[in-house]
Amino acid sequence: MEKRFASIWFRYLTTDRHAIRKPGLRTVPFALAAPVHGRMVITEANAVAEAQGVIRGMVVADAMAFLPTLEVADEQPGLAARLLNVLGLWCIRYTPLVAVAPPDGLILDISGCAHLWGGERRYLKDVVSRLRFRGFHVRMAVAGTIGTAWAVARFGTKRPIVQNGGEADVLMDLPPAALRLEPEVTAKLHKLGLRTIGSFMHMPPSVLRRRFGEDLPRRLRQALGREDEPIVPLRPIPPYVERLPCLEPIRTAAGIEIAIQRLLEVLCKRLSGEGKGLRAASLVGHRVDGKVVQVGITTSRATASIPHLTKLFGLKVPQIEPALGIELFVLEASGVEDADPVQEALWGGATGLDDTALPELIDRLKGRAGIRAVYRYLPDEHHWPERSFREASSLTELPSTGWKSDRPRPTRLLPKPESIEVTAPIPDYPPMLFRYRGEVHPIRRADGPERIEREWWLDPGEHRDYYCVEDDKGRRYWLFRAGHYGDDSSRQWFLHGFFA
Amino acid sequence: MMAASENTREIVNRLKQDILRLQGVIPPDSPATRIGLGPVEKAFPHGAFPSFGVHEFICRCREESAATSGFMGGLLGKLMAGGGVCFWISTSRMLFPPSLVTFGVQPDRVVFMEVARERDVLWAAEEALKCNGLAAVVAELRDMDFAQSRRLQLAVEKSRVTGLMLRSNPRIVGATACAARWRIAPLPSLPADGLPGVGFPRWEVELLKVRNGNPGCWQLEWAEGRFVPMVRRISQASSRMKKIS
Repeated sequence: MEKRFASIWFRYLTTDRHAIRKPGLRTVPFALAAPVHGRMVITEANAVAEAQGVIRGMVVADAMAFLPTLEVADEQPGLAARLLNVLGLWCIRYTPLVAVAPPDGLILDISGCAHLWGGERRYLKDVVSRLRFRGFHVRMAVAGTIGTAWAVARFGTKRPIVQNGGEADVLMDLPPAALRLEPEVTAKLHKLGLRTIGSFMHMPPSVLRRRFGEDLPRRLRQALGREDEPIVPLRPIPPYVERLPCLEPIRTAAGIEIAIQRLLEVLCKRLSGEGKGLRAASLVGHRVDGKVVQVGITTSRATASIPHLTKLFGLKVPQIEPALGIELFVLEASGVEDADPVQEALWGGATGLDDTALPELIDRLKGRAGIRAVYRYLPDEHHWPERSFREASSLTELPSTGWKSDRPRPTRLLPKPESIEVTAPIPDYPPMLFRYRGEVHPIRRADGPERIEREWWLDPGEHRDYYCVEDDKGRRYWLFRAGHYGDDSSRQWFLHGFFA
Repeated sequence: MMAASENTREIVNRLKQDILRLQGVIPPDSPATRIGLGPVEKAFPHGAFPSFGVHEFICRCREESAATSGFMGGLLGKLMAGGGVCFWISTSRMLFPPSLVTFGVQPDRVVFMEVARERDVLWAAEEALKCNGLAAVVAELRDMDFAQSRRLQLAVEKSRVTGLMLRSNPRIVGATACAARWRIAPLPSLPADGLPGVGFPRWEVELLKVRNGNPGCWQLEWAEGRFVPMVRRISQASSRMKKIS
């Protein structure tokens, strides 16, 4: 069977994507820019901007000088590749073999597919109109070779469908850039006056190779169909979903547990085979009465361990209401990540934050007490006591700074400082006695003051002068005076913590 | 006569060892596992701190729970020395994590858990004590009856994790299955050479109950990263103990 290829060109791929998100950008000059050597350089401009002379590679300041209405946004690295991948996966509805042609195109192997749409013309029209409806500027061409389809999609001026054997005639009038050449080679060809492919197509390949390198004759052969060009088709990732239909509706907790076990066995086998682990999963039960019950779990580390996941779901089983019975279970892994391969049996006894037993314990505790219930602290670069530590984002996050131990700190800190009555000599001496919850504490020993300034850029208020004091019974407290001595000096003393 | 009494003492010692073995008290593997409590450790069976047991700390006020937290920090510093992880379960966020550095604990190696109800503290503590990837579990709770403490102690015996229960203002201090019951009270500090200011933390450490051991009362100071026993008071305590016996 003769081969047929389609090439799709997304002329304004990333700007189109921005315009889809923000429709107002479609009618105004808009460009994306990225920093190059300290200057913002335009990486892509939309059709309106291009019509007014804004081109790729221009400095943003220059473009703004002659087009002050130009809207500029930062380029997101990797966006184009991601978009192409998504669009490629979408195109699998037209052919099973879709390949990405970076930076801005797709290649479809449509051999034997087009007749399903009633011919290549209708096929092409369908693809283009659907993509245009989504908001993308596209050009598409169909030919017997990838090279020709690519060239016609970008540079063709006549018919977008090229019959097999007609490649040479079509390529004849196109510029050399249509052969997917390096810019240096194209520039050299232009310098020598070879402005169309036809002007050098019939030159002996040895001459071309000597002058322009191996690339030019190879691309020419590929475009004319004299050399095969392999494509790497996209493989869609099948979603991590498992279904378990039941002959008889399930109504008991034991039955639900068996169903979970069966589903997990299949899903975890696939996950561990792919080196992946599960971070979040949901179990949906379709009931006989047409209602749907759902429970979800999350894990703190990617895992594919069946006993652990069974335990986590086991905690949720009481929340599943089977009513008249559940006839279909669907288990979906909504969060899947690469898992570290662990030798659980061999190193099971190791202690530490990297131990596998710890995340499993935390998952079980979180499953019952809530996700926010378990946390770790890391030091933070603040002197203000309440802000001197922060919650860690993960179990294995390492501290970026060391814990400070140069100043004495109380082991117990009141969440909110409590007001106390104090007798203290002015101006800066520690108190002689204080009254807290109706009890008078005569102070025998004291250290301080240690002034801690409030971070005014974070919250307004007074600084604190901290004193570490010990009363006659040896009980040690952390007191502070908010701000300087003022008129209502009785109200500005607080107890903040208890020392060991 | 003398030889006979020597003989009797030997027999009694051997019988004591047998009773301990029958009661399931495991002798410590090596002297390196000592926790550094000095004379306090002699009160325990085999003269070593029972790391594989549940310890109960009674606190009557906030000052005492602060002192107990400090003392526990000292114990945790030793228990977590090999890169271990500690679990701290409570119903409120009262502990000030940076203060643990003073007692030799890296606060980032402590995993905290906050639950709403006392009942969940016990459940979480039991789950955590069953996990042998941990070095120690601290739980702050108020009341614990015999059955609950027995569950914890059984979990510990299987997983060999140290359990420290901080009981503040308990309503009833009844019998429990714990290895020891402590009470830590703050004492006035004594800065060296009569310097002004507050000195090192100093506590009165009271062992109210010890399974297969002798209760007692000691004075300890936390100085330069270790427990320092106060020598003068120990002799008093031991003499008092003699008087009691």
